[in-house]
Amino acid sequence: MENRTDKNSYTIIFAIGMVLVVGSLLAFIASSLKPTIDENKRIEKQQNILYAMGVNENDESSAVFVSTDKVGAEFEKYIKQQLVIEDGKASEDENAYLIDVKKEQSNAKSGISRRLPLFIGEKDGRKSYIVPIRGKGLWDAVWAYVAMDENMIVQGAYFDHQGETAGLGANIKERFFMDDFIGEHLLDASGNFAGINISKSNADPLNKDKTDNEVDAIAGATITGDGVAAMIRKDLRLYVPYFKTLKN
Amino acid sequence: MGKDSRLILDPLTDDNPITIQVLGICSALAITAQLKASLVMAISVIFVLGIGNVVISLMRNIIPSKIRIIVQLTVVAALVIIVDQVLKAFSYQLSKELGAFIGLIITNCIIMGRFEAFALGNGPWRSFLDGIGNALGYGVILIIVGFFRELLGSGTLFGFPVLGDPIAKTGLYSTGYENNGFMLLAPMALIVVGIIIWVQRSRNKALIED
Repeated sequence: MENRTDKNSYTIIFAIGMVLVVGSLLAFIASSLKPTIDENKRIEKQQNILYAMGVNENDESSAVFVSTDKVGAEFEKYIKQQLVIEDGKASEDENAYLIDVKKEQSNAKSGISRRLPLFIGEKDGRKSYIVPIRGKGLWDAVWAYVAMDENMIVQGAYFDHQGETAGLGANIKERFFMDDFIGEHLLDASGNFAGINISKSNADPLNKDKTDNEVDAIAGATITGDGVAAMIRKDLRLYVPYFKTLKN
Repeated sequence: MGKDSRLILDPLTDDNPITIQVLGICSALAITAQLKASLVMAISVIFVLGIGNVVISLMRNIIPSKIRIIVQLTVVAALVIIVDQVLKAFSYQLSKELGAFIGLIITNCIIMGRFEAFALGNGPWRSFLDGIGNALGYGVILIIVGFFRELLGSGTLFGFPVLGDPIAKTGLYSTGYENNGFMLLAPMALIVVGIIIWVQRSRNKALIED
């Protein structure tokens, strides 16, 4: 039994019509929501930076940002200076936090010099140097904001990811993992940059030794952990010259 | 009404999409290491399958049969993208939590399976019930698997430690109990699903083929 919907001409017209309808619907939704989404991302960046330096509303076990309606004012209050380091020279830029780290990384690959944002915050008399870093996890990108003092001792960190496995790699944004970084040294005993390794065998699960350049790994998330360690090693190393200038 | 309520109830038990139809196994293995992730995935699938079934059902008389699979795929992909964008704009924190699941929904075989097997031949209301029922049946298994994997693998439920502290050796851990790290890996999810299938079939012999 041949009916209308089996005809080739109908099939082709239906396919074209459907593509047009669905395509324009999605395009319309995406472009009309884009400003709102971009604003959300901007607010999130400010929240991440503040989180790393310890301005957050954490309870006992979960990570909670300062609320979205307060974040603008808190950012003004705690972030004293925003710098962009380019070719070893630091200059002030009040929109440094909007720099797209992903774009700068691909710029660096194609030979254009990479702009490195750095934020100087101050809370209760403690100075924090906060930097964004980015790398690869198992499935997709991982990134972080790390707050350090002038000796590159970590004061706090906020990790995030695009699509790590829920319950395994995704745990890098859980407090039990992030809090392990607090107090860890990024430099080794002789003052050279060593990074922080995500170790499966450091025999220090309580993380009492802060100078071993290691934190405890997450079970079942080896590749995500390796990615995080590589990100710290590669991206934070770029800031070492700046921290050397602080000493002089 | 009796017939309609079966559309919801059957997939929960004797026509369960995971344990009987063996659909949607991939996501059931991937995201059940935590109870919370299981619950979130279950809710997302209820939403997408409920609406998707209605859309396909409304279009069932105008979809050309030669390209119906592509049409179904387009509908589910479009729905998922819309949900993703709307969440990103109006509930950013939630969309961050869901991040990985949104993409997984498109590949969930239960969705295409119900479009093809039910929505193409039934009216919108019945299709809606069928979608909700199957997504609930999927969700129940996800939550059972998530419960055991999180409890035995991490000693927590919804992130709260229920068995004591494994590092400070309190609670159950003081007796020498250890978390089973293997439970966190995908193979154990398959074994847990297998055990559920076994229990279900031994309770209801009618489900055993041959």
